[in-house]
Parts: sequence; C-alpha cells; structure tokens
Amino acid sequence: MAYDKFNILKSSAVPMPIENVDTDQIIPARFLKATERKGFGDNLFRDWRYNTDGTPKEHFVLNNPIYSGKILVGGKNFGSGSSREHAAWAVYDYGFRCVVSSFFADIFRNNCLNVGVLPVQVTPEFLDQIFKAIEADPKTKLEVNLPQQSITILATGESENFDINGYKKQNMLNGFDDIDYLLNIKEGIQKFAENTPL
Amino acid sequence: MSKTLFDKVWDSHVVKHIENGPDVLFIDRHLVHEVTSPVAFLGLKNRGIKVLYPERTFATADHNTPTRNQHLPVKDPLSANQLRALEENAKAHNIPYWGLGHEKNGIVHVIGPENGITVPGATIVCGDSHTSTHGAFGAIAFGIGTSEVEMVLSTQCIMQPKPKKMRININGTLSKAVTPKDVALFIISKLTTSGATGYFVEYAGDVFQNMSMEGRMTVCNLSIEMGARGGMIAPDETTFNYIKGREYAPKGADWDKAMTYWETLYTDADAIFDKELTFEASEIEPMITYGTNPGMGMGIKNDIPLAEAVEGGVATYKKSLEYMAFNEGEAMIGKPIDFVFLGSCTNGRIEDFRAFASIVKGRKKADNVTAWLVPGSHKVEAAIKEEGILDILTDAGFELREPGCSACLAMNDDKIPAGKYAVSTSNRNFEGRQGPGARTLLASPLVAAAAAVTGKVTDPRELMEEIYA
Repeated sequence: MAYDKFNILKSSAVPMPIENVDTDQIIPARFLKATERKGFGDNLFRDWRYNTDGTPKEHFVLNNPIYSGKILVGGKNFGSGSSREHAAWAVYDYGFRCVVSSFFADIFRNNCLNVGVLPVQVTPEFLDQIFKAIEADPKTKLEVNLPQQSITILATGESENFDINGYKKQNMLNGFDDIDYLLNIKEGIQKFAENTPL
Repeated sequence: MSKTLFDKVWDSHVVKHIENGPDVLFIDRHLVHEVTSPVAFLGLKNRGIKVLYPERTFATADHNTPTRNQHLPVKDPLSANQLRALEENAKAHNIPYWGLGHEKNGIVHVIGPENGITVPGATIVCGDSHTSTHGAFGAIAFGIGTSEVEMVLSTQCIMQPKPKKMRININGTLSKAVTPKDVALFIISKLTTSGATGYFVEYAGDVFQNMSMEGRMTVCNLSIEMGARGGMIAPDETTFNYIKGREYAPKGADWDKAMTYWETLYTDADAIFDKELTFEASEIEPMITYGTNPGMGMGIKNDIPLAEAVEGGVATYKKSLEYMAFNEGEAMIGKPIDFVFLGSCTNGRIEDFRAFASIVKGRKKADNVTAWLVPGSHKVEAAIKEEGILDILTDAGFELREPGCSACLAMNDDKIPAGKYAVSTSNRNFEGRQGPGARTLLASPLVAAAAAVTGKVTDPRELMEEIYA
C-alpha cells in the first residue's frame, strides 16, 4: 500500500521511556478484527490510553496536551512480540512518521519500513539525550534527515547517524513498496519456482 | 565452504541478492489465517492480480474463532465478517481452506506439521510470529507482516536481509518434570526478550536430539520470545519418522528424493556462528513467569528477583510487578490462581494433554479455578478422546473445548477477567494479552495441571512422586 514519501522530518516528539513496549500494547488483539486498513490510530496504545469506560487516562503521554509531534521516542526493544502489522498501521494512522529507540524488535522494524514509518535506531546514550531534551522542553524539535541518515536535537545541535539499507532507503524516499519490485522480476521468480518442487 | 543448517536452506532459496539491500527469498509454503490476511487480499484485488501459487498456500481459521458451539453461526459480527472474508478469498484464489468445523481445522502451527505440510529444508512463512514453530523440522520458518503476506500471495517471495546466526547448545539430561516449555522459558530468561534479535537460532545438543517432534516444536515456537526471527533443529530419524505417511508429505520416489536432500541438512563441523551459547540441562528447573514479558521467568521454587538485581530499567521492572500485583523477593509457590489455560500453538498438542492428564488423573479440579482446555486442532481433539484422556479430564471435573488460539491472545470470548491470575501454557504474558487487565503466569502443562488441581502455584514434582519414584 502506498505511503507518503519520507525525506527530512522536523518535528517535536512524544516521549515513552518504557522498555519492551510490545505490539499487544501498541494495538491489543481485540482490535484486529477489521478487514480493511482503517481507523487503527484510534486504538493505538488503547489500554494505556483509555480506561475501560472509554475515558482517557490523564497520565498517559498521548493524553497530555504538552506533548505532540510526528516522532515517537520509545525505550529499548520497542515493538517486540506479535508480528501484527496493525501495530505499524496504528502508529502511522495516529500521525507518527518516525519511531526512535535504542533497539527495535525485528518484525516490527520490518513492518514499519513496509508501511512508511521510519525506525531510527540510536545509541542508548543519544536516546537518553533525546529524553532529557524533551523533558527540558516538551516542544523541542528533532530533525530526522533520511538522505543523510542523521537525527539531530535542534536545540543543542547534538546529532547521530543511523543505519538503513540502501534499498529500503530508496523505497522510503520515493514512497515505493516491495511488491512493485517483486512484480517486476516475476518471470525470474517463476523460473526459480520451476526448479523448486513443492 | 562450510555452512550452517540455516545457510544451506536460506542460500538455496535466494532468487536474487540486491546489493546493499535484502535478498529476494523464495517461499515454499505459505500459511494463511483470517486476521493478518484480509488487507493483503484487498491489495491483490486493488492491483487486479491473483495468488501466484495457490498450491503452495494453505488457509485456516484459528485466531478469531469461538471454542464452543462452532457448529453455530459466529455471534460477533466483526469476527464473522473476518472469517467470511477468508473463506471468500480462499475460494476466489483456489486456496485450500480449512474453516471452522473442517476435520483439518486447527491452529495454523499445529495443522501444518500434522498434515505433512511442514518439511525439512523448506521456507515457510505466515502472518504470525509463532511461525518459528515449523523450524523444529529443519525448515526456515518465520512470521511476517501483512505487507509481506501480500508479497508472498502475489509473487511467492519476500525481501529480507539474511539474519545473523546463533547456536544454542544444551547438553546433558533434563531433570524430572522439566519439559521442552521449561527449556525454552529458561533460555529466554537468560537471553531476555531481545537477546536473540537479529539472529536466526539453531538449537543443538543432547537435549534437543532426545526431544520428541512436539517438544522441538514447543522450543522453536518460543524462539520469537527471545527476539529471534526463528529457530531450527537439524532433521533426524525422529523428524523423518514423524513426517512419513502424512497427507502432504512426499510419497514413493518423491520421498526417496526428498530424503536425499533432507539428509544433507545439518551444520557442517567447522561452520561458524555469529554467536554461540551453551547451557547444561541440569541447570533447568520447572519454570514460571512472574512479570509481563516471557523473559521474566525463573525456577518455580525461586523468589521474584529484586529490582536492583535485574538488568535493564528499574522503572520498567517495577511497572511490570505493579501490573502483576507482586512484590520483589516474594515466593511464587503458594500464590492463589483463578484460571488455567491449556492450549495454543506452544502447548496445544497431544503430548501436552497427556502431560496435563498425568497430573490431574485421580484428582479433582480446585473449586477456585476456571480451566480452559483447548486442543490445537480437531486431530488433537480426536486423539484426546481415543486415548482415554477425555475420561481422565472429565472425571477430574474438567471440560474440553473446541480447537483454536483461544485465550492465548483473547481475540474471541475466552478472555481472562481484569485482575485475575491465569497459569497459561501459551507464549506471552504481556499486559492485557489474555484480556484487558489479565495477569498471566506462563508455564508448562505439568505446572498448569498442578495449579489446576491445587488452586495455587504448585511444584508439579510434589504431585508426581508415585509416577517417577
């Protein structure tokens, strides 16, 4: 599915300094019953965000009006657990385009790249600096520069580079998905399949 | 050049390597279920294309299905709609579909092996992280997201960089009441839930060689819980004997040809892993978890660790114990529990029901416990009846449900109520995993059975003297 191109993103960020945020928290299983990709942002972090009667939990960061922006900053091992792509959809649909952490779970990272959310892995020290910068000023802005593969805390100028493979980088810059690529080499795949018995 | 088992299978499936990018990996078998597939099928519809190899694709309904009265229409309209979508998609694309009530219906990772779909040396994917289960056969098997489900449906390929390789060796003999589930929970407690992220794991050593196929499936199933994309065990006589004669397994000359290939599937003596870990079987005790991720586990007789003794964030650790309403330093033994869940792709097979029955036989379910016993498939259900296990369970006051994922992820009505404690044989103890506010203690079928008859966390060894003396 097509997504918006990603180039340079300057935005304030929402801090979530919790480790091992799993995809069951990002979107609980009972919200996976849809047959279309619609409305998942409403249930992003559902059980941390809302009480059982549907009223917002005032202490949860997404309900705190002083925090906003297109960047979500999470603790170590973000996105562990279930392979549900709905978690990445929910992050995107809510309005985030980038998730920053010191460590990502494998499948979640992949899913993000496939739906147009840029996972930016930084060192634990830099993650700490980001959390401190947001604590000092909730409106502080980060710049995520995909062409240069860098992330900068604009207030202090502190910056770090991040990894992304060249192929995925081009996809994100252009809003392409893997299926377009695979469909283009379909004949080669079919030839391969002939030599690969069931 | 020397290769690992993983290298041999991965390399033989690379259609194309992209410089500074992923490999295009050919997928032999694709398992599909109702929850992660509808948006992928919608993608195919929007592009106006069909499933490329329906004969390599198998569909079942499991995640979102009731475990009672499956012969009646599904009550929840959203669930019913999702099941209908899968049925229609399977029909439109000529994919075999084993829906509710079908004799082959069951949890996707139970029915793959059961029907001979899972074979050594194959690449197997499914939109479910516990696809790692199939690695027990020496297959490369892992979970994928819905975009990748769409890729496999439309081109039979996915695009991923080759992961790093890790080998986990465990030698020696397992102690009494230590099951494959305990082995896996032990490894995860040592590695943490992110210790194997970026790696594909091979399990090697006496413990795995001596393990049954079902035990190997339990171990490989839980690979994802240490962050690994998947885990695998080299195929051997145990593997071949399990597969032979199953419906989709190769037959006659095809079997001989397959065996020639399968017998090459082992790690060469001097092959190199990026990381290698070794444990002793005697270190492992019956395990139980006390927190909100599968890495927060320990020997059942131990005390909950103090926050200062734990690696990682103290705040996250305390938040976890607060959710569980447990305190640092407390014993788990003797804690009252409310629910027991036997089932899931981790522990929903016949050996798990045999183990559970071995403890409850001649005893009674504790009055304070609600027990949900959910077979992994109709075939497991049939075996439970044939082997007389159902009689043992019924005499002890238990009731058997119909197959499905059930309370493992609580998408259906099988939800543990808020604040209640459940000893579960499933795979995740995340906050709310088994229902909003539910508190999960992951454990083996033996520990679950001991809890079910005593109403509290109990060391199963205390109930096993007469069997093992």
